[in-house]
Amino acid sequence: MLHYLKQEAQKAERKAAPVVIENVSRRKFLGGAVAASGFVLAVRIPDAAALEPLTPYPTGGASMPHGYGNASDPHVFVSIKPDGAVTILAHRSEMGTGVRTSLPMVLADEMEADWSRVSIQQAVGDEPLYGNQDTDGSRSMRHYIQPMRECGAAMRQMLETAAAAKWGVDVALCRAKAHHVVLLDAEKNDTGKKLGFGELAEAAMALPVPARDTLLFKTPAEFNYMRKGETKITDLRNITMGKAVYGADVRLPGMKFAVIARPSVLGSKVKSFDATEAKKMAGVEDIFEMEGVHEVPRKFGQLGGVVVVANTTYAAIIARESLVIEWEQSPNASYNTDAYFKEMSKTAAEPGKVIRNQGDFDAAWKGAKSTFTGEYHMQHLSQAAMEPLCCVARVDGDKAELWAPVQSPYGAREDIAKALGLPIENVTVHVTLLGGGFGRKSKWDFMIEAALVSKKLGGTPVLLQWTREDDIRHGFYHTTSVERIDMAFDDAGKVAGWRHRTVAPSILSTFAPDSGYQFPIEYGMGFVNLPYDIPNLRCENGQALAHTRIGWYRSVSNIPRAFAVQSAVAEAAHMLGKDHKEFLLELIGPDRTLDPKALGFPEDFWHYGDPYESFPIETARLKHVVNLATEKAGWGKPLPKGQALGLAAHLAWHNYVATVVHVDVKEDGTITVPHAVTVMDCGFYVNPERIRSQVEGAAVMGMSQALYSGITFKDGAVEQSNFFDYNIATMANFPKIVDVHIVEPQPGRNAAGVGEPGLPPFAPALANAVFAATGKRVRRMPMGAKVA
Amino acid sequence: MATITVNGESRTFDGDPGTPLLWYLRDIAGLTGTKYGCGQGVCGACTIHLDGAAVRSCMTTVEMANGKTITTIEGLSLDGEHPVQKAWRELSVPQCGFCQAGQIMQAASLLAKNNAPSDTDIAEDMSGNLCRCGCYQRIHAAIRLAAGGV
Repeated sequence: MLHYLKQEAQKAERKAAPVVIENVSRRKFLGGAVAASGFVLAVRIPDAAALEPLTPYPTGGASMPHGYGNASDPHVFVSIKPDGAVTILAHRSEMGTGVRTSLPMVLADEMEADWSRVSIQQAVGDEPLYGNQDTDGSRSMRHYIQPMRECGAAMRQMLETAAAAKWGVDVALCRAKAHHVVLLDAEKNDTGKKLGFGELAEAAMALPVPARDTLLFKTPAEFNYMRKGETKITDLRNITMGKAVYGADVRLPGMKFAVIARPSVLGSKVKSFDATEAKKMAGVEDIFEMEGVHEVPRKFGQLGGVVVVANTTYAAIIARESLVIEWEQSPNASYNTDAYFKEMSKTAAEPGKVIRNQGDFDAAWKGAKSTFTGEYHMQHLSQAAMEPLCCVARVDGDKAELWAPVQSPYGAREDIAKALGLPIENVTVHVTLLGGGFGRKSKWDFMIEAALVSKKLGGTPVLLQWTREDDIRHGFYHTTSVERIDMAFDDAGKVAGWRHRTVAPSILSTFAPDSGYQFPIEYGMGFVNLPYDIPNLRCENGQALAHTRIGWYRSVSNIPRAFAVQSAVAEAAHMLGKDHKEFLLELIGPDRTLDPKALGFPEDFWHYGDPYESFPIETARLKHVVNLATEKAGWGKPLPKGQALGLAAHLAWHNYVATVVHVDVKEDGTITVPHAVTVMDCGFYVNPERIRSQVEGAAVMGMSQALYSGITFKDGAVEQSNFFDYNIATMANFPKIVDVHIVEPQPGRNAAGVGEPGLPPFAPALANAVFAATGKRVRRMPMGAKVA
Repeated sequence: MATITVNGESRTFDGDPGTPLLWYLRDIAGLTGTKYGCGQGVCGACTIHLDGAAVRSCMTTVEMANGKTITTIEGLSLDGEHPVQKAWRELSVPQCGFCQAGQIMQAASLLAKNNAPSDTDIAEDMSGNLCRCGCYQRIHAAIRLAAGGV
């Protein structure tokens, strides 16, 4: 998300005109007789009865930094050896979503390659060549399914054209099938004559890329791999054998190991340090200070501190413990979680900046028969990927080479080049596998640190390792928040007025001078785009200044919004004596496509960076997932004492998700989840098996943050340090069975994001189930392992 | 000087005997399959076998392993065909995969001592192995699947 966010932040800084993304996909210009590409291939469209044109739809991929690059160009993404071995580039980072498999699989399927003869090569950070590489924001499939299908279809047609030339026949008689091109007779029957991809590769690759409007695509019935869910992830065997290479597994000759002692309070500088004892320790090679970036906004600048370099990671870690460092005071030392919640709560009780206004909330409130007010609190979260941050760097003279588990290799490359004062061409960023990311690894402060250490060592390669404690204490945290919802009910018990106030330090504070207010990206995540049929609705944002680094975490602001909105809806249903599901459906209202303008959405409404018309909000889809999830879970069925179902539905990244959580609250109050059902309508999809794994994992992560995980501050320092005080769900208590249902896409329902949207509904569904089971309403996350 | 048998190979180490096996394996022996996740014995990513029993290599020093036999993920099977590894692939357990070496080593030791574990046995034995991607349902199912073949 990063340099994209930087881009957005700059816009906010300039108070620029609304961020309306005119999606001038270059493909638009390649269409028709315009032939702007200048090299429309002089071939006739192959007669392939079942293949069909695919109407291009614009996505925000075009407006991301460097857009799509050459992502539709087989010369860039595909290589075929004479023996037929195909290599496909993966230009997005693998952090567990399966994208390193799923995107190349799309290309392979469309080009009719045999997957068993395909190997995958990870691309270095080079966005002008490959297109944007920010692997976050649930956008890899959402933005790259089209270019990858185009790339595959183009490659297929180039192979067919090459075969036609070899055989001296009309290309209409050449059909790619299972890693070969077969020759058809006049009746379009297979003649048995065929050429392997390897035999055709050289001639095919010499051809220009066919124009977009001459490309024909497979129909779902012709997919070999897409939609099947039978393709194993490409790294599976290596993972099970300990051979998969993550960041810290990279080894270079002469490589040293480093850790850094960083300030416990943001903005605190080294006043002085004494390394006498540390230097005496075995294996220690060097100890020096690293200057931090202290101007605000800090962006991804390094925190600064004292670097310890040793001949093993362990030697560096224990030597660091012997350092005596005196730190300067920082104004952020006033940051205390309890006081901050009080302040946010007070702010939420006052009018804020109006972000969306529809009808007249005040009048509805005055004329209400009854009202509801709910305030929902959430602590900071740390992404806490299992692989702590790490980076291998070799900065030798005017050349820098880095290896890292990074979500945004090109954004990192740009900033590393700046930090080292090198031209970007002299910096290479290799992407290893990521041991989880969840947003933290698209902030490359750790890579800048590694580069600076290697430079200081005069080119010695170094592995910079963050310990778990470093990871928990020096994060870019998910924001902490107070979300307050006020509802006014009319005489008929309908919601006549809805006011949502959000108070939370903003991600923008990391990239621009902090105004204390949020920005369109945060407003767009389940706040201003509430898809409910309520006549009087107002969204307000109260000020909250940041005292730590705020960043994104899987699902970002959707987490507190879904928690607040979906809890409040359940609470209101209970208050009115209505069934929660029926009340939710009533709120969503009649089937319709929302008109953002008519509903008072802000002018600069952010729709996950995509043009609204490609992904309009359709209430029927939201209702459908609610109906299906409740039906599958047996909504309304009698359950033993202490057990109940809870429901939540949320729309994020154009993906309509409903979750029903079945809780069983044990006698001692321990909350357990024997079963959960999630129904997801994500539009066009290709890898149902990995979608299911994402949703299963989201249930576990949802349970972690609902019950256990929270980052708190005392005098500016994070109070937690490792997995014994920053807790996550374990196999002792996790959602035992997670049923995932994916709605079959209808034509025109474009591929939505999948990695994140499964997460937000889980916590409110859990809280609603706990209430239904025990009568106890929990309005804060984490709520604790037990119901008090 | 400590002598340790690692994946069938006898090795000696004359450095700090207090060095945790995790760092000996990764930074000195060059066996990077064993992962660092917490350094405090609370995440299980570094799980290896010491004389057949699952231990956290971040909390087990070279000295404690002197004269003993270690198996790491690289040595669990020569060909990657240990029943637990096969079950992991069969059910496509991993997401990011980082914790999986530890999970597999823990599961293999569980099944070596109990080839028909109950749900409670699995929960108890595996609860120290964290997975942030949340692959627990599949880990549980894969242990059940492998139980038939160990």
